[in-house]
Amino acid sequence: MSEKLVLENLEWDADGFMVDNSAWTEEIGSSIAGDLGITLTDRHWIVINFSRDVFNSDGDAPSLRKITKQTDVNTKELYALFPGGAAKIAAKIAGLPKPTGCI
Amino acid sequence: MKTLLILGAGTGGTMVANKMAQALDMQEWKIILVDKDENHYYQPGFLFIPFQIYSPSDVIKPKRDFFPQNVDFIYSDIELIEPEKNRVKLAKNNQVINYDHLVIATGSHIHPEETEGLLDGGGWQKNIFDFYTVDGATKLSNFLKYWKGGRMVLNVTEMPIKCPVAPLEFLFLADWFFTERGIRDKVEIVYATPLPGAFTKPRASSILGDFLEKKGISLLPDFNISEVDAGKNKIMSYDQKELDYDLLISVPTNMGAEVIERSNMGDELNFVPTHKNTLQTKKWENVWIIGDAGNVPASKAGSVAHFMLDVVIENILRAIEGLEPLPHFDGHANCFIESGFDKGILIDFNYDVEPLPGKYPLPGFGPFSLLQESAANHWGKMTFRWLYWNVLLKGGELPFESQMSMAGKWQ
Ligand SMILES: Cc1cc2nc3c(=O)[nH]c(=O)nc-3n(C[C@H](O)[C@H](O)[C@H](O)COP(=O)(O)OP(=O)(O)OC[C@H]3O[C@@H](n4cnc5c(N)ncnc54)[C@H](O)[C@@H]3O)c2cc1C
Repeated sequence: MSEKLVLENLEWDADGFMVDNSAWTEEIGSSIAGDLGITLTDRHWIVINFSRDVFNSDGDAPSLRKITKQTDVNTKELYALFPGGAAKIAAKIAGLPKPTGCI
Repeated sequence: MKTLLILGAGTGGTMVANKMAQALDMQEWKIILVDKDENHYYQPGFLFIPFQIYSPSDVIKPKRDFFPQNVDFIYSDIELIEPEKNRVKLAKNNQVINYDHLVIATGSHIHPEETEGLLDGGGWQKNIFDFYTVDGATKLSNFLKYWKGGRMVLNVTEMPIKCPVAPLEFLFLADWFFTERGIRDKVEIVYATPLPGAFTKPRASSILGDFLEKKGISLLPDFNISEVDAGKNKIMSYDQKELDYDLLISVPTNMGAEVIERSNMGDELNFVPTHKNTLQTKKWENVWIIGDAGNVPASKAGSVAHFMLDVVIENILRAIEGLEPLPHFDGHANCFIESGFDKGILIDFNYDVEPLPGKYPLPGFGPFSLLQESAANHWGKMTFRWLYWNVLLKGGELPFESQMSMAGKWQ
């Protein structure tokens, strides 16, 4: 399926984050990434899977610091993998709501 | 005898000690308070030190002046918390204290060493300063007395920080200060923040962003600092942006106390995972949080600690009776933002309602205007210091309700 078709029937919030994260599949993740001009590698998947695990247990997407502390991906690499705001873009691709880290 | 142990005697710990000394039967209970510092710091006052409005003596008082008589104060570093064993080890005489209920109020603290080149690059306290410690604010004050101008960059390294409006207040006051000194035209003021805008919440962010613009302060959003090159007076971001400075004001990474990390009780920033409405810790039923030490998604501010107080007290008293805690903390925060030239802005919000413009009704004092500049708001800010020392720390009632109200807010 083309990226457009995969993403067409899903619901998005104003900032482009998926509304229903339970509808997320790996294919959808790849399509969102493709839409952002990112081709997913194993290194991306470490971050995406970790983010989804954290969301499922804590109810929040992880902060950058949590990702770098608990995976082997460091901050520099994280920015290179997800250009344009690492924590935000990773959450977007993982089908999670915008990280709430900021209060 | 049963023991209520309070760790940290800053804003939150002192308030809990005062309230609990009244609420508990002191024939049956002993209250012990531990802190490694004999001085109490009025942290909101740090903001005014660089601009010579306050001196250190305005913001420091002996902690003991604020404790009730029937509370034991132990002056010691806290070595280790062992929540599974209901006990805490102190550095002083290797003392061990067993507790029935524990309140953690160890706050949050700056860690400049977390950013490459910030502390160790050679510029720290030469042309790089913080204003989150009395020492930093005082050294900065000395520097500013003789500064002739150039580019001043204020950088927040990472969120969350305590008092998230403090950087904006610093910028507004700097604009005023340099104007008063007649060098405003020689100073360029830049705000480099990891946030997407001036503040964390959308409506306030756009209104406060307009204030920055009006005052000629440039905003550089989405700036995630990777390192400071103190040799070249430059800060760099992870996505390869660079920014030159003559004077760098840093709000370094804020973290919970080191004892939280040593005791393996915290998250990646040493904040203790806490139920956001009951203030009970997630793992231990007899361990409670007040103030900055927890990970609840509320602002880290003295006003927030005050709004947490009644909920923590009520829930500990309920737990003693064997009742479930009540989810009464709504994330309420209320901040006066000093905006320079003897004016201020007030914001009032909670977990669900972002700061909105309008009027804040306050019988006998107000109304204060919300998200707008007024002289009354500046007066409110300056009066807060008196209220803090004389009413708030002693657990007295402030004319603010713990739960946020929608009265006067424009939706
Ligand atoms: C520049 C600045 C401006 C601010 N402006 C405002 C404002 O305008 N309005 C507002 O409401 N709030 C403001 N705040 C925030 C406010 O000061 C804090 O949120 C508040 O003091 C938090 O209270 P607390 O009890 O959690 O921690 P604190 O008051 O910081 O107390 C923590 C205590 O724990 C002790 N401690 C820590 N570790 C140990 C250990 N291992 N052993 C023994 N003792 C230990 C410390 O010595 C300290 O006394 C500002 C803060 C700053 C820095």
